Amino acid sequence: MSAGATATGDPTLGPVWKRASWYAVLSALSVLVLFPIYMTIVRALSTPRDYVQRGQPLYPVAVQPDIFGRAWTQGDLGRQMALSAVVTAIIVTAQLTTSILSAYAFSFLQFRGRTAMFYLFMATLMLPLEVTLIPNVDTVQSLGWFNSIQGLTAPFLATAFGTFLIRQGFLGIPRDLRDAAALDGFGHLAFLWRVAIPITRPVVASFGVIAFLSAWNQYLWPRAIVNEAKWNTIQIGLKNVGAANVDEMNIGVAAAIIAALPVLALLIFLQRHLVRGLTAGAVKG
Amino acid sequence: MTKPLAVPVDEDHVRSRRRSIKDTMLGLAFLGPSAVIFTAFFFYPLYRLVWLGLHQQNRTGTRERWVGFSQYADTLTSADFLDGVRISATYVLYTVPLGLVLGVLLAVVADRKLRGIKVFQTIFASTVASSVAVASVIFFVLINPQVGYFGDVSFLSLSDPGSALRGVALSSVWQNLGLTFIIVLAGLQAIPAEINEAATLDGYGPFRRFWRITIPLISPSLMFLVVVLTVFAFQAYAQVDILTGGGPAGATETLVWKIFSDKEPSQYGEGAVMASGLFVITLGVTLAQFRILEKRVHYGA
Amino acid sequence: MLADVVSVSVSRVLFEDVTKSFGEVVAVDSLDLEVIDGEFLVLLGPSGCGKTTVLRMVAGLETVTQGTLRIGNRVVNDVEAKDRDVAMVFQSYALYPHMNVRKNIESPLVARHFSVDGGAPRKLTASERSQRITQAAETLGLASLLDRKPAALSGGQRQRVALARAIVSRPAAFLMDEPLSNLDAKLRAETRLELVELHRKLGTTIIYVTHDQVEAMTMADRIAVISDGRLQQVGAAQEVYDRPSNLFVAHFMGSPPMNTFEATVAGGGREGEVTGAAGRVRIDAGPAISLPPVGSRVVVGVRPEHLRSQGHGQQGRQQEGLRARVSAVEWLGYERHVICDVAGRTITLREPAEGQAPNLGEEIYLDVVANHVLLFDPATSERIP
Ligand SMILES: Nc1ncnc2c1ncn2[C@@H]1O[C@H](COP(=O)(O)OP(=O)(O)OP(=O)(O)O)[C@@H](O)[C@H]1O
Ligand SMILES: [Mg+2]
Repeated sequence: MSAGATATGDPTLGPVWKRASWYAVLSALSVLVLFPIYMTIVRALSTPRDYVQRGQPLYPVAVQPDIFGRAWTQGDLGRQMALSAVVTAIIVTAQLTTSILSAYAFSFLQFRGRTAMFYLFMATLMLPLEVTLIPNVDTVQSLGWFNSIQGLTAPFLATAFGTFLIRQGFLGIPRDLRDAAALDGFGHLAFLWRVAIPITRPVVASFGVIAFLSAWNQYLWPRAIVNEAKWNTIQIGLKNVGAANVDEMNIGVAAAIIAALPVLALLIFLQRHLVRGLTAGAVKG
Repeated sequence: MTKPLAVPVDEDHVRSRRRSIKDTMLGLAFLGPSAVIFTAFFFYPLYRLVWLGLHQQNRTGTRERWVGFSQYADTLTSADFLDGVRISATYVLYTVPLGLVLGVLLAVVADRKLRGIKVFQTIFASTVASSVAVASVIFFVLINPQVGYFGDVSFLSLSDPGSALRGVALSSVWQNLGLTFIIVLAGLQAIPAEINEAATLDGYGPFRRFWRITIPLISPSLMFLVVVLTVFAFQAYAQVDILTGGGPAGATETLVWKIFSDKEPSQYGEGAVMASGLFVITLGVTLAQFRILEKRVHYGA
Repeated sequence: MLADVVSVSVSRVLFEDVTKSFGEVVAVDSLDLEVIDGEFLVLLGPSGCGKTTVLRMVAGLETVTQGTLRIGNRVVNDVEAKDRDVAMVFQSYALYPHMNVRKNIESPLVARHFSVDGGAPRKLTASERSQRITQAAETLGLASLLDRKPAALSGGQRQRVALARAIVSRPAAFLMDEPLSNLDAKLRAETRLELVELHRKLGTTIIYVTHDQVEAMTMADRIAVISDGRLQQVGAAQEVYDRPSNLFVAHFMGSPPMNTFEATVAGGGREGEVTGAAGRVRIDAGPAISLPPVGSRVVVGVRPEHLRSQGHGQQGRQQEGLRARVSAVEWLGYERHVICDVAGRTITLREPAEGQAPNLGEEIYLDVVANHVLLFDPATSERIP
């Protein structure tokens, strides 16, 4: 996050007590936000029965340092992570490709019916997965795609959100630049590859991060079309936390922490893109 | 009748037509993949949804008969559907205002120049890293009646039909906090510093500045969040699936839960009608968003 | 080394009755114009008059609605931009922000085919390309900047990169759309000289668009003045200034603009007279020209530098000339502009900034240098020859 444009002045200026009290407020709020995560870590590390017997304290009890390793093997996390990774990679790659191509067509190609097509594409934004799920499950079942990579990915290979976002980026390319490229003899493919994509890289990256986030975090769809445990994605795997016997409960809790790690890494290393992607809807409208 | 001989070829037109054909072909090729997906998984299911709503299937799903709009009338007025709408609407009331207020609080506090402020900003944003499923597990740890840290706090008790929905809602509030914070902070940071400086020179204190300047200026972001959080709330499923399974006594059966809780083929039609109901509700919220955005454009111009 | 850069193609550009319309808007209306091989032609006109559109048609970025456009002897109406053998310098420079200077200069050479030493057109080899880049960069003094991205360059440097990118393909003609308008005044003046120098070295046709008459006057071999999509006049700079073909050109060229007022021809012959509300003006129409008949209405045009104020401070002693009341005096350091009210019209007089200036509100008489008076037909706005 960039430094606030609304906050003015030198960070080291101002009365000390004032700064100190802001730090106090910030710290208190941080505790509030982080407390659930902290308790989850405590619970993951503690031996479940001992922890309850000790009256659920704020610190771990009878620590099981190997819990994350056990969650990985025993909870079949390795397989679930790998499956989620494959599914996510396919979805992100496909969404980037289809969105870039259709955004290009809507920005730079002239053909009959372009506007109508654009509105049709955008209309899909009004159709959340929850609405179309029943028929889609039917479709996937009749294709024999239950419990399969195709089934997990097919409905998400294209998205109007990406088309819209990247088109906005493409439309921001100055006309002079397109004209210069035309004089340079760049055809559509050359222009797309050598100019349009490199210039809109921030938009494309932001969209990629959002695509990753939503693909990795999917719950409803895999839940609907997977009925064999070995096709559970990591998110679906988490459902078992309540079903497990109490002695094993911390395995499920540890799994939740592991499941959040890739996105946490994303947040830390690609914060700029993540923030831009998340705010794209709010700021651009 | 007969073809005229030796028509002079109008090179201009041949060329420009060739170019437009080239554009059209390329356009079709570029739009093709998306169009296939959208047709198969958005437009066709929309048609199927209507079709299913108009038919009733037998127990095994092998035959169906036309029942017309009666199924719509019956289902949309059924206690089951209305109950789902009521629970989902309550869920909106539990999650949206609280989430918004907390998000604004975090953003306002974190929008200042202090050494190390980025660390706090990252902490406040951190809940975006958690999926609904992860957030549900985290709250399972906190409020599960048997093993939760706050399991015996009756206000949030998942075992009491009167309070279970609040407990589930709290997990959503926490999970959406990061997103809300990020968007409000972006809104705050988009306010030019001069505006705040001018307000200060005009003698506005911090509270008056907040209500008279800050809130109106970030209202577009707030409106956007209201819409997004409302849509999220209407789509709540994983929280219920992991935390309560719809219970106790159906107290947390949100609309989406009701649509998908395992149905046998004879109930497909009902599910389809409910999904259509959900569609209309979502559409209403989304259109409201467009109206608001339009207004905003006029406001800005 | 320069010999390599010099283009040998015949690069006349010929507009024959060229019209361009965007739906209802006619941006360029029946343009007939020949740009002579090797000349520096400036298209000059107010904002929105269609200059850019003319240029874009030559470049192949806009189609020609009607008429014929030729480059050399080839009709190019339907030749694609990349095959027209022209290079364009955009007002915004249009540098690719993600490529360094070298790649930017190289970009016209990558996809297009070139005929080397009169051979069949083909793609250039990597070494041919880098040789051309080096040459272009040296010509424009960019050799040390080749690895920088455009964002790391000053405005003037970016402008040079845009020029280098234009010359590297050795086109038949350069098209420049207000290439100096993003530079500050000092840099603009310097770059003007350099552009003229570059044109002299390369000898390639340049069509240059501007709305700045100083640029036009200082650089052009010929100026084509356009208004409302129509060509008003083409000619050498001084000619357009001295003998504007109609009132539009008269008003547009020169700063402050030419003074005009209506009058009636009072005395015929070679040295005639016109009378207006404010007084009489003597005219020396020159040997080849005859005045319109006595009694005709005319519009009189006089440039500010062709007015003299008669020793102000003294009471008007002459009945000839224009009675004027001073309403403002502008000082420009080396000269001053005396703005007067003459029978309800504003007339500006330009004089050296020496001696005593007239006082505000003072009544003065203005003399007109008789052989610099122009007459226009009030009905058609055309100059009366
Ligand atoms: N793509 C277009 N669609 C519709 N009208 C256009 C288009 N391009 C230009 N015009 C119109 O054509 C006229 C001429 O425009 P043009 O850009 O050639 O003017 P210009 O002389 O270059 O002006 P400026 O000095 O402001 O750049 C204007 O009225 C403009 O609005
Ligand atoms: Mg222009």
